[in-house]
Amino acid sequence: MPMTMAEQILARASGRARVTPDEVVVARVDLAMSHENADLVRKAFFEIGVDKVWDPDRIVIIFDHRIPAESERTAATHKAVREFVAAQGIRAFYDVGRGGICHQVLAERGHVSPGMVVVGTDSHTTTHGAFGAFATGIGATEMAGVWAEGELWFKVPSTLRIEVEGALGPFVSAKDLILYIIGQLGSDGADYRAVEFDGSAVRTMTVASRMTLANLSMEMGAKAAFTPVDQTLIEFLEQRVRGPIDVVTPDSGAHYERVIHINAGSELTEPQVACPHSVDNVRPVSTLEDIEVHQAVLGSCTNGRLEDFKVAAGILAGQRVHPRVRLLAIPASQQVYLDAMREGYLTTLVEAGAIINPPGCGPCVGVHQGILSAGENCISTTNRNFIGRMGSKDSNVYLASPAVVAASAIAGHIANPARVAEEVFV
Amino acid sequence: MSSILKGRIAPVLPDNIDTDIIYPGRYLNITDREKTTEHLFELAYPELRARIQPGDILVAGRNFGCGSSREQAAAAVKFAGLSAVIASSFARIFYRNAINLGLPLMVSPETVARAAEGDELEIDPARGVVHNRTRNESYTAAPLDPRAIELIEAGGLVPYLKRKHAKQPEQLAHV
Repeated sequence: MPMTMAEQILARASGRARVTPDEVVVARVDLAMSHENADLVRKAFFEIGVDKVWDPDRIVIIFDHRIPAESERTAATHKAVREFVAAQGIRAFYDVGRGGICHQVLAERGHVSPGMVVVGTDSHTTTHGAFGAFATGIGATEMAGVWAEGELWFKVPSTLRIEVEGALGPFVSAKDLILYIIGQLGSDGADYRAVEFDGSAVRTMTVASRMTLANLSMEMGAKAAFTPVDQTLIEFLEQRVRGPIDVVTPDSGAHYERVIHINAGSELTEPQVACPHSVDNVRPVSTLEDIEVHQAVLGSCTNGRLEDFKVAAGILAGQRVHPRVRLLAIPASQQVYLDAMREGYLTTLVEAGAIINPPGCGPCVGVHQGILSAGENCISTTNRNFIGRMGSKDSNVYLASPAVVAASAIAGHIANPARVAEEVFV
Repeated sequence: MSSILKGRIAPVLPDNIDTDIIYPGRYLNITDREKTTEHLFELAYPELRARIQPGDILVAGRNFGCGSSREQAAAAVKFAGLSAVIASSFARIFYRNAINLGLPLMVSPETVARAAEGDELEIDPARGVVHNRTRNESYTAAPLDPRAIELIEAGGLVPYLKRKHAKQPEQLAHV
C-alpha cells in the first residue's frame, strides 16, 4: 500500500507496516523542542510526578520569544529553565546570544533530518517539514507528557498535495506563493491535514524558501507540511547533520485527499499581501498601494534568513527609509546576524535608517521591541496579523515578502518592489 | 463521559476566533494557569469576560482557537469557569490543549447555527447530542473520542499521567 510522507513517518514511528488516515497511533518522538514556554512544560512535568526526562539528548530548548529578558517576570522564567536544563543534563540549550529563533536554530545546527518525528511547543514547528520531518506544534501540558514518556498519540492526517509548476517572477518569492495558497484555501483549508509541496517551482527553491512554505502552512491549519527531500536538501543537510541521511519520499500511487495544481507563472504575477486581521485575507500588492505605513518589520521564523536580508538590502541600497517609517530588521539567528554582517547587508540596512533588533521573535509576537500604537499600520515579513498581534487592538498588520517590506519602507506606503526598483534605476 | 453537561450559553462568537483574541501574546510569561483568566478576550472583547458566569458554555463559529500553540488560551477559557466550548470547528492545537487541560469541546455546526446567549443547553459528549432546552431542539454533534473522554474524566493529561506513573510500581509488584 503506497503511503504519503506523513503516513510513512508515522507508520515507522509507531512500529507498524502501514497506517491510514484517521487511524490513531502512538508514535515515538525523535526530537522535542521548546522555547521559553519550557517553564510551563517544566511545571506540568513535575506535577506528573516524574523526576527525570525520558531522554535529555532528544530535548532542545532555545530562548527566543523575550530575549534579552524584558521584565523581571520573564527573567525569573529564564532562570528557572536554565536551572532545569542543568539539572536534567539537557545539552542542546541555546541561551541568549547563543542561538536565535528556535526554528532557525534547529535547522542551522542540524537537529532535524528526514523521517524524524519532531514536536515543538510552538505552532510554527511545521517549518521542519522542509527537512523531511513530520513536525508539528503541541501545547505545554502535552510536551510534559512527551518529556515523561517520549511518545505521543497522533491521528494520522490525510494529505493535500500542492504541485506548483513554472517559475516565480521577479520580486515574487516563496512568501508570495504561500500567501496566495492560504488566500485560496482559507485559514482552515488544511486543518488537521498534512501538506506536500512539490513541482518545479518548489524544487528550484532554496532550503530557506522551502522553510517559509512549511512554516506558513500552519496559517492554513496544517498539522505538518513537507517539501521534497532532494539533492538541494541533502547538500544542505550534509553540512550540518551527523550520521546518515534517510532519503524519505512519498510512494508513487499514495492516496491524496486532494491534489492542487498551481501555475506560478500565470497565476502569481505580482507580490501578495495578507491584510488585517487574518492571514487568508490576501490581495495583490498593487491593490493596496495607498495604505500608509508606520512600521516595517523584516524578520521572524518565516522570513529572517540570509536570503531575506539579501533581498531587502538589494532594494534599500543607497536609499533612505521614509521619514514616517521605522524599519526594524531582525536576523533569525546569531548565525544569520554574522553572515548578514559579513555580507554587508546590515551596513546597508543601517545606512538606510533601519534599527537592528537582537535575533528573536520580538515584535512578531507583540511582547516587546516594536509595539504598535492605535491607528498605526505595519508591513511585516512575519506570520500573523491577528487583532492586537503586534500591539494595540486598533493597529493593523499587513504580511508580505522581504521585497515588499523593503520597498514599502522606502515609499512610506505599501509598495510593489517592481515599481520601486523602476523608480530607483530609471 | 457518563455525565451530561448542563449550562447556559455565554456570548456567541463568530468564525476564526484566534489565540491572540482569546489570550494576547504579551501575557505569555504568565505561567500560573489560574491567573491566565484575567486576560481572557482582553484586547478584542474586553467586555465579554464580565458576561461569563461559572458553568457557562462558550459557543463559536468555525476554526475556534486558530493560531498559536499557547496553552494559556485554553487555560484562560477553562479557568474563567466555562464548562465546555461548542464550535463549528476547532483548530487542532487548541483542541488538543483543551482536552489535555480537561476542558470538553464539541463540534456541532447545527448547535452553533441555532444558538443565542442565555439559552440553556444539555450536552451528551459520548453520544454526540446537544439539546437546547430553551428552544426544545436537539442537534447532532461529533461524539467525543473515548480517549478524550478518558482524559477529561481524569481532569486532564497531568492527573491522568500522574495516576498512571503512580500505579506502575504497584503493577510491577504483581508481576
